[in-house]
Amino acid sequence: MAVSDLRKLGVKAPWQDLTEGMTIAGAGTSKGFKTGEWSSVKPEFVEEKCKQCLLCTPVCPDSCIPVTDGKRGAFDYEHCKGCGICVKACPFGAITMEGVK
Amino acid sequence: MSNVTEIRWHGRGGQGAKTAALLLADVAFATGKYVQGFPEYGPERMGAPITAYNRISDTQIRVHSNIYDPEYVVVVDESLLETVDVTAGLKEDGAILVNTQKPKEEIIPQLKGYQGNVYTIDAKKVSMEALGKYFPNTPLLAAIVKVAKIMDEEVFLKEMRSSFQHKFASKPEVIDGNMKALEMALKEVR
Amino acid sequence: MGKRERLSGNEAVAIALRQINPDVFPAFPITPSTEIPQYFASFVANGQVDTEFITVESEHSSMSAAIGASAAGARALTATSSCGMAYMWEELYIAASNRLPLALALVNRALSGPININCDHSDSMGARDAGWIQIYAENNQEAYDNMVQAFRISEHRDVRLPIMICQDGFITSHAVENIELLEDADVKNFVGEYEPENYLLNPECPMAVGPYSITDYYMEAKRNQAEAMKHVEKVVLDVAKEFAALSGRSYGLFEAYRLEDAERAVVIIGSAAGTTKDAIDRLREKGEKVGLLKIRLFRPFPAEAIAEALKNVKAVAIMDRAEGYTNHGGPLGADVMAALFRARSSAYAVNYVYGLGGRDVRVEDMEGVFETLKQILESGDAGETYRYLGVRE
Repeated sequence: MAVSDLRKLGVKAPWQDLTEGMTIAGAGTSKGFKTGEWSSVKPEFVEEKCKQCLLCTPVCPDSCIPVTDGKRGAFDYEHCKGCGICVKACPFGAITMEGVK
Repeated sequence: MSNVTEIRWHGRGGQGAKTAALLLADVAFATGKYVQGFPEYGPERMGAPITAYNRISDTQIRVHSNIYDPEYVVVVDESLLETVDVTAGLKEDGAILVNTQKPKEEIIPQLKGYQGNVYTIDAKKVSMEALGKYFPNTPLLAAIVKVAKIMDEEVFLKEMRSSFQHKFASKPEVIDGNMKALEMALKEVR
Repeated sequence: MGKRERLSGNEAVAIALRQINPDVFPAFPITPSTEIPQYFASFVANGQVDTEFITVESEHSSMSAAIGASAAGARALTATSSCGMAYMWEELYIAASNRLPLALALVNRALSGPININCDHSDSMGARDAGWIQIYAENNQEAYDNMVQAFRISEHRDVRLPIMICQDGFITSHAVENIELLEDADVKNFVGEYEPENYLLNPECPMAVGPYSITDYYMEAKRNQAEAMKHVEKVVLDVAKEFAALSGRSYGLFEAYRLEDAERAVVIIGSAAGTTKDAIDRLREKGEKVGLLKIRLFRPFPAEAIAEALKNVKAVAIMDRAEGYTNHGGPLGADVMAALFRARSSAYAVNYVYGLGGRDVRVEDMEGVFETLKQILESGDAGETYRYLGVRE
C-alpha cells in the first residue's frame, strides 16, 4: 500500500513525479482539491424554508452539504461547483441559485 | 528434410479428414516420431472440399507450409476425384489411397495418368460391418498406416486401443467396434 | 522434468493458462482463437482452476472486464483474434495507460476486409502503438513458453504493462505438433502470486483509476508510460534466463539463426521463421552464407540489439505479414530500416509484404528471397525496396 503524495502532483509536476498509470491512491484525496473556484454561480440555503428532509445531501456530487446531528448545515463552497442538482432535489424551495455569486 | 513423410488428405467438410490427420499425428507421436497434423480451411461448410496434412519425421519439423509434393495422398470421398486435382505433386514412388466401393481398375483412369501405386479401400463396408455407422476416417487411418508403412501393425493396434480407451472412457462399448474397424481395414486395403 | 506431448498451439496456450490459474478470464469467441477459452471453459467446469470465467457479449466487453478485474487487483487475461482485437481498440490503450499488467492471448488473423479467417499480422501490427508489450511465437512450443513467461514480464514492478502473446492463426493455433510441457507445480512456482501495490478492492487504501488528464498532464503521463517500456528488454531477458533454468529452452529478444557469418539475412516474425530455417539449411549446404533474425519481442522494439546482430550483413530482406499502406513497406520494415539507419548500416535492405490472409509460404519462396538478395549484391542495386512475395501478377 502506497498513498499518493498529492503535493508532487501539481500542474507543474515533471513526468518523473507522476504516479504509475496516473492512479491516485489514498482516502479523501479530493479534499485538498478546491473545485469550488470552478463555479460561476452557487446555491443559496434558505434556512427558514428547510424542513430538514435531507433529500439534498445524497444528490450532491461533491459532498458539499454536511449533516450534523440529523440536520444539514451550510454549503461547503470550497468544493461546490454550483451544479444546481440540490436545487432540483429540494421539494420546499429552500435552495435557490439566486443571490450568491 | 529427406526423412520426412508427407501425407495429404482430401475430404469434404464433416467427413473427418481433419480428425483422421490428427489421429495419425497422435499415433505416430506415440511411437516417438516428430509430427505435424493440420487442416487447410476453405469455405468452412459441410460438404465443401477440405485438405488436411501430416508430416511425420525422425527429427524436429520446422517448416510451416502446406504440402505440395506429398509421398502419399488419401482421398476420403471419391467424388472429389472429379473436381479436385488430388494427385497434384504426388510423388511417383509414393501412393494414393482412395475410399471407394469400386475396383481399383475403375479408379486408375480418373487419376490423370498417375504412375505410382494406387490403393483402394471400401471404408463404408468396413465401417458399417464393424461399427454399424459410416465413419470413414477410422478405416482410412489404418489403411494409410499400412500403405505408408508408418509403423508396425501390431504396434499401431496396441497404440490405438490405448488411445480409444482414453478417448471413449465414458462409452467403452464402442472401443471393440473401432478396433474391429481398424483390423478389418488393415486386411481390406488393396 | 518436462512432459512430451503433441498439441495444437491453442491447446498449448490453454494448458499454460490452466497451469497459471489466473483470477479472471472474460471471453468472447472468434476464429481462430475460440479454442483457447473453449478448452479453458472445460478446465473451469472440471474444477481444475478456480478462475472466474466470464462469458461476455463482445470483445469490447471482454477487454473491459479484464481491465476492471486487473484494476481491482486480479491477475486477468483474455484471448482474441482479428476483428475481435479491432473491437478492443479503445480498451487496449486504456489498459496500457492505466499500467495494468493483464495479458492477451492473440491468435493472429487477417483483419477484414475482404473478410478472411486466416493468418496474417494485420491485427497486432495495427495495435503496435497501443503501449502493449508484444511477443511472437514461431510454433506451439514458443506460444506455450511465452504464455508461461507473460505475467512475470508484465507484472514486474519496473514494467507493469499489458502483454500480448501472439501466435499465427491456424498455422500454429490449429496444427498439432510435438511439444514439451512443464510440470503444473513448476509453472505455478515460476509464475508466482500477483501482489499489486495498489488495487481497487483494497479497503485499506481506496484509489482512483483512470482520472481525466488535461493538457497540463497528458504529455507527462505518456512520457511516464514510455519510461516503463524502456525497462521491458531487461526484464524479458531476466525472465527468459530463469525460464531457461527451469525448462532448458533459451529465449532472447530475438533468435539469430546461422547469422554470425551471414552476408544475407531475412528478418521475419512468426511461423514462417521455421520455413526460413529450412531454406537456410538447404542454401548453407551449397555454401551460401545466409541467416535469419526472428523477432520475438516486437514491442518495445529492440532496435540497437537488432542492428548489432545485423552489423556484418550486406543485404537484408525484412518480411512483413501486414500491409502498411505507406507506399514503401510494412511496419517491421520501417522499424528495422530505422534501426539500421541509426546504426549507420550500409547494408542493402528490401521490405517484402508476404503471407497476407493465410497465403502459404514455402521453403522455395524463402530460397527465392535469398536469391533476390544475392542478385542485389551482385548488381549493387537494391531496386524497388517495397516488394510483394507470392502475389499473382
